[in-house]
Amino acid sequence: MRFQSLFAAALALGAALAAAATAQPIAIVNARLMTAGPEGEIARGILVMDGGRILAVGDERTAIPAGARRIDAGGAPVTPGFIAPRTLLGLVEVSSVEGTTDGRSDDPELSAAFEAQQGLNPRSALIPAARLGGITRALVAPDYDDGAPDGPPRLFAGQAALISLDPAKGLDVRPRVAMVLDLGEEGAARAGGARGVELTALRAALDDVRFYLAHRAAYDRGETRTLALSRGDLQALAAVVEGRQPLLVSVSRESDIRDALALAKAYRLKLILSGAEEGWRLADEIARAGVPVILNPTANLPTRFETLGADLRNAARLRAAGVEIAILGGDGAHRVREMRYFAGIAVARGLPYDQALQALTLGPARIFGVSDRLGSLSAGKLADVVIWSGDPFQPMSQPRAVFIAGAEQPLTSRGQALRDRYMAGDRP
Amino acid sequence: MPLHSARRAWPTVAVLALSAALAGCATTRPTQPPAATSAAPAPKLRAGLDPRGVDPFPSTYRRRSAPAVAILNANILTGTGAEIRGGGLVMAEGRIVAVGQVTPPPGATVIDAKGGWLTPGVIDAHSHLGVFPSPGVSGHADGNENIDPVTAQVWAEHSVWPQDPAFDRARAGGVTSLMVLPGSANLFGGRSVALKNVPAATVQAMKFPGAPYSLKMACGENPKGRYGSRGRAPATRMGNVAGMRRMWIDAADYGRRWDAYARKSAKGDAGDPPKRDLNLDTLRGALDGEIAAQIHCYRADEMAVMVDVAREFGFHVKAFHHAVEAYKIRELLAANDICVATWAGRWGFKMEANDGIDATAGLLTRAGVCVAIHSDDASLIQRLNVESAVALSAARQAGLEISDAEAVKWFTANPARIMGVLDQTGTLEPGKMADVVLWSDNPFSIYAVARKVFIDGALSHDEDDPAGPHRSDFELGQGGDR
Repeated sequence: MRFQSLFAAALALGAALAAAATAQPIAIVNARLMTAGPEGEIARGILVMDGGRILAVGDERTAIPAGARRIDAGGAPVTPGFIAPRTLLGLVEVSSVEGTTDGRSDDPELSAAFEAQQGLNPRSALIPAARLGGITRALVAPDYDDGAPDGPPRLFAGQAALISLDPAKGLDVRPRVAMVLDLGEEGAARAGGARGVELTALRAALDDVRFYLAHRAAYDRGETRTLALSRGDLQALAAVVEGRQPLLVSVSRESDIRDALALAKAYRLKLILSGAEEGWRLADEIARAGVPVILNPTANLPTRFETLGADLRNAARLRAAGVEIAILGGDGAHRVREMRYFAGIAVARGLPYDQALQALTLGPARIFGVSDRLGSLSAGKLADVVIWSGDPFQPMSQPRAVFIAGAEQPLTSRGQALRDRYMAGDRP
Repeated sequence: MPLHSARRAWPTVAVLALSAALAGCATTRPTQPPAATSAAPAPKLRAGLDPRGVDPFPSTYRRRSAPAVAILNANILTGTGAEIRGGGLVMAEGRIVAVGQVTPPPGATVIDAKGGWLTPGVIDAHSHLGVFPSPGVSGHADGNENIDPVTAQVWAEHSVWPQDPAFDRARAGGVTSLMVLPGSANLFGGRSVALKNVPAATVQAMKFPGAPYSLKMACGENPKGRYGSRGRAPATRMGNVAGMRRMWIDAADYGRRWDAYARKSAKGDAGDPPKRDLNLDTLRGALDGEIAAQIHCYRADEMAVMVDVAREFGFHVKAFHHAVEAYKIRELLAANDICVATWAGRWGFKMEANDGIDATAGLLTRAGVCVAIHSDDASLIQRLNVESAVALSAARQAGLEISDAEAVKWFTANPARIMGVLDQTGTLEPGKMADVVLWSDNPFSIYAVARKVFIDGALSHDEDDPAGPHRSDFELGQGGDR
């Protein structure tokens, strides 16, 4: 009981602090600033935020505005908030409970036009849990409904959105950040049973989009040939064929990655690779194409024939070749917080530490086109800031404070509430 | 106190050899099966008809011969609750010879750990390697005999594909022993098998010598979902429990008939033996304490019902697996001497897993419950030390003081106990199997790599081997090259 009232008091305090955060500048002093940006690492630095943005980042001589709230980090690491590169946060509550999952379209007429941000639930219990992993932003990407594997052929899963993990700000949604597509075994299975079927269907679809864009009026009058996709999907793909919206392609096998690169080149598409377990086999080609990769550095099993080459050093090898990378979590939902551990595992397998930190921050910010606002502790950027108890990649470390656009977030979760209820008797 | 005996169904050559080797250890195992202890020789049943006849699938595991090894200048988490700074370990003839301040015996290979960390070999008490192998193609899906809710007659070892590449990956993660269970679609899924994680062409050559069998059971969503959706029992949780109780009655009756037969034949009265039933053999073994009951169960309320069912029929639940709500009934579990095999960070993937929390292992440990961090997953099995670190961090964040030396039991001694092999492995103590991991760093560090893994004293994974790790037949000539 005593603890529960303390807990309630802490919550109230957190809320009060959150309210205060918008009104008052905050200076984090005595911080090991791991900026992930050009400022590099500042051993005993000061970070000032105000009005939701980072005002200044520098050494101990950095000016602190009058009236600022001071937080002494005690020399502990301070990082940008992490950006989870591919999640279902806000679209899933209990994975196996259909009514709580909104990340998949099973309507064949609504694939590319399906937008992930519709149906987001800012009150999802997964969002505070993810924040406890130091995550402040996430790409919410549609997935495929494989409940009906024998259904009509499907190509695109839909469009991903970038969200903040601050429910008070309505998750600050940035819609239509990427178009999601599977290539390889699973994509082929959905598109018609063979890789060649999917690639052909994909080229036909992209040609149809170009045709549609050139003959929109005639199409609407019904004076054109029949096109493979619905009108909504054709419209949604305009940004892709015009190179404004990246195509986020799940792909694993070397040859499939090569096919994706070739397709992107032929159609002048912006490409993001996801998975890319065999990416290391053609790291230089990926780098030359300027294509970034979202990956899980722990993927090292031939779970499918297309991942025979999966290897723990994939992240290090791709980065060494100059490929921009972003690191995934254990899944896109309940285990997304594992992304920081996975960064550490990549370090143990040869990825330089600063590159691993970037793969959680500035890397995904660049990949999703928001590096002007997010991804590093740099003056002028949104104040997504995490104060850690120690090395942020270590499970033994925990976040001490999380700010999203300057607003301090409560460090609580449903899991903690359960814990506190059942350990009340254990408290000293 | 355990409610069951530690009797084993069969003596084997390997067990006898081990008993000899283990002389001097606190625990040795019986050399005779219980049925054979009766005074008069019973008339011999035809081969295959005696439930307690010869071991039909004996272990052919033999340790690889290896030179004596001394590891010096190491920090040691022994798995017994001790931490030794700047110590060493000596192993010879497959056994641990000395731990602490050691002197390398003449002729021993000496390894300077340079401040690295030693732990017992990692043990996973809940794995499906080999029965749900990689690649996960339908031709490999051999873990669930999900055509009937009661399939205690199936044995996981008959599904294990020794060429599953995940065995190699797990070894690189320090895993030296594991229990492979049937899946959880059925109320009674079948027998699990304890393996030593060595490359082999047959499952017999991996079988942990002398390890007892376990019975895999499942409550909750899986059985009722699998069968209820097909218009048959069980369709509900109450149907699950009824289905289990019905079978325990059958098993008790089956055991009664065999016991009566044994009594008669001991008196020289041959009589007509009952017909052997593979399904009931396994259940009877659980009732008699020869086979450990391992129950897949997520929710606290269901675990409490299982405790009552076990009391009703007089068997002991060795461990609840997954058990994400175990923190809600710590006292009940402690009082009944039931272990828990669980995760730190898995929750929310289905309704019955929705209340999983990361402090579970710490809370249970504080309450005196034996806890193992398990994988149930071919990827996680490679990082049970990291999953344990997540649990340890959560425990300490909750204010529970648990040492590294205590937490290391989560992936060493405690899973060994759940598998019934703690007398042979799971701790670094003289006389035990030399299953040892040399880590680059404290094993609760994310940067810790299992640099050298010894199984029965033989170096079985070596990060410094220029030839790279062992790769299964499956990987040869098709992508195994790096």
